[in-house]
Amino acid sequence: MEWETVIGLEVHVQLATASKLFSGTSTEFGAEPNTQANIYDLAMPGTLPVLNKEALKMAVKFGVAIGAEISTTSVFDRKNYFYPDLPKGYQTSQLDFPIVGKGELVIDMEDGTQKTIGVTRAHMEEDAGKSLHEDYPDKTGIDLNRAGTPLLEIVSEPDLRNAKEAVAYLKKMHSIICYLTISDGDMSQGSMRCDANVSIRQKGSDELGTRTEIKNINSFRYVEKAINIEVERQIDLIEDGGRVVQETRLYDADKNETRSMRSKEVANDYRYFPEPDLLPIVIDTKYIEAIRETLPELPDVKCKRFCEQYGLSEYDALVLTSDHATAGYFEIVTAASGDPKLSANWVMGDLQAILNKDEIAINNSPVSADALAILISRIKDNTISSKIAKTVFEAMVDGEGDADSIIESKGLKQVTDTGAIEAMVDEVIANNPDQVEQYKSGKEQVIGFFVGQIMKASQGKANPGQVNKLLKEKLSN
Amino acid sequence: MPIELEDLENIAHLARLHLSEEEKSEAASSMSNILKLIDQMQSVDTDNVTPLAHPLDSVQRLRDDEVTETNKRDALQKIAPETDQGLFLVPKVIE
Repeated sequence: MEWETVIGLEVHVQLATASKLFSGTSTEFGAEPNTQANIYDLAMPGTLPVLNKEALKMAVKFGVAIGAEISTTSVFDRKNYFYPDLPKGYQTSQLDFPIVGKGELVIDMEDGTQKTIGVTRAHMEEDAGKSLHEDYPDKTGIDLNRAGTPLLEIVSEPDLRNAKEAVAYLKKMHSIICYLTISDGDMSQGSMRCDANVSIRQKGSDELGTRTEIKNINSFRYVEKAINIEVERQIDLIEDGGRVVQETRLYDADKNETRSMRSKEVANDYRYFPEPDLLPIVIDTKYIEAIRETLPELPDVKCKRFCEQYGLSEYDALVLTSDHATAGYFEIVTAASGDPKLSANWVMGDLQAILNKDEIAINNSPVSADALAILISRIKDNTISSKIAKTVFEAMVDGEGDADSIIESKGLKQVTDTGAIEAMVDEVIANNPDQVEQYKSGKEQVIGFFVGQIMKASQGKANPGQVNKLLKEKLSN
Repeated sequence: MPIELEDLENIAHLARLHLSEEEKSEAASSMSNILKLIDQMQSVDTDNVTPLAHPLDSVQRLRDDEVTETNKRDALQKIAPETDQGLFLVPKVIE
């Protein structure tokens, strides 16, 4: 039997505000436990919430960016449940009147195709604290620093058909929230978390199968693995005559399996009701339009511009624009070096390689955009060859100075003096009569051997163009 | 519509309330009265009425995104039954 996978994602994005959603407590990451938990965050009696202006603005900004309907009136509700990292006994969230309504996100697949995924809604809510189960044998430690941090929960339509699409959706979402600077998007710190609703159905069917929800997946790689393993589990279950139970499951990356989170799960009954401590949030179209005005150039538009303005391939433009900082870096390099294609190759190639290797963000790159532009200029003006440029780049990464001083101090300047190159060519020809014979008898690929010998003799500094030209002239005499 | 005992017990459980048999019958009768009132209200035609989110005819005021609170952990943890290294300690909540 052929199965089709149906996936919907719930993405929680921590909004990059300085203070919490309803209190003036700092949201900074990494503080000592409970030093950022004050009377409102601890649910002391008599405290009241006041909504953070910036959090609302960020939520609207996101909505506008995905072309969504923005609610001019939205309402907070209480979602009631008991857990020690939720001191109030309810999470202040939005149910029936979320701030952001229907919108859409265009995702980019590896094969270059695009697909439009529906976004059902996005709403503001507060984060819970952290429970630490490991450190005490029969206790749970509670850190409420994170309690009350503003979140935007973005819910997709069940439009995703496989794990790769889910990853592409998440990557695009990540790209957009970073472009909008409404979150740092750091998945390792939990700034962006994802729950996946997964079900399977017979191919061709319109009905949705029973879904399971996989909670808190914290990396792009795990999303793909978790979905694939869950789909496999559901297929095996059904083909063995079983049934999928609607439940919450947890992905265990070490064992690469999902497992049921609660043994005696009663159907979730959150008894939502409108939050009496907060009045309706009312905004006007002028407010929304003013935010629309502040939208930066978004990834899709930037990608198109990179193709047109710089003559880059769609692939290159897509890679460069998927990350906001990388796109900015590239534009500085290309403006200063005057060569978009070469700049793209260096940013995506050698630079990205060292950044990946040492897990450095491009903003903290050991080689600045201006410094890389100078290096590229030296390739363009024939001061050094592309090959030597890699050596210079490595030295720049190691902090040995700028391109010019490294070329100077290491004596890497390309030999363009025709006389000098001619002498080397003559010598190699004289020393290798056998290969000369082969070349003359029609085996032209032998030219590679000569070029290699000359580059070796010149320690890579001879200008390859000149070497080729002179060799051909001399060999055909 | 009178409330079923099973529903009452479920709601009490969700609210983490322990009710004695006596309290249960009292709560059941109170809640049945509330449900009766709701039934009565349901009979009003509200098709063209915008749902009311709050009885006050006003909108939410917003606050600037500024950190106005300082660390008061020591004072706030004085009333906690148990703490360790800055953490609140509670009975183990995971199986």
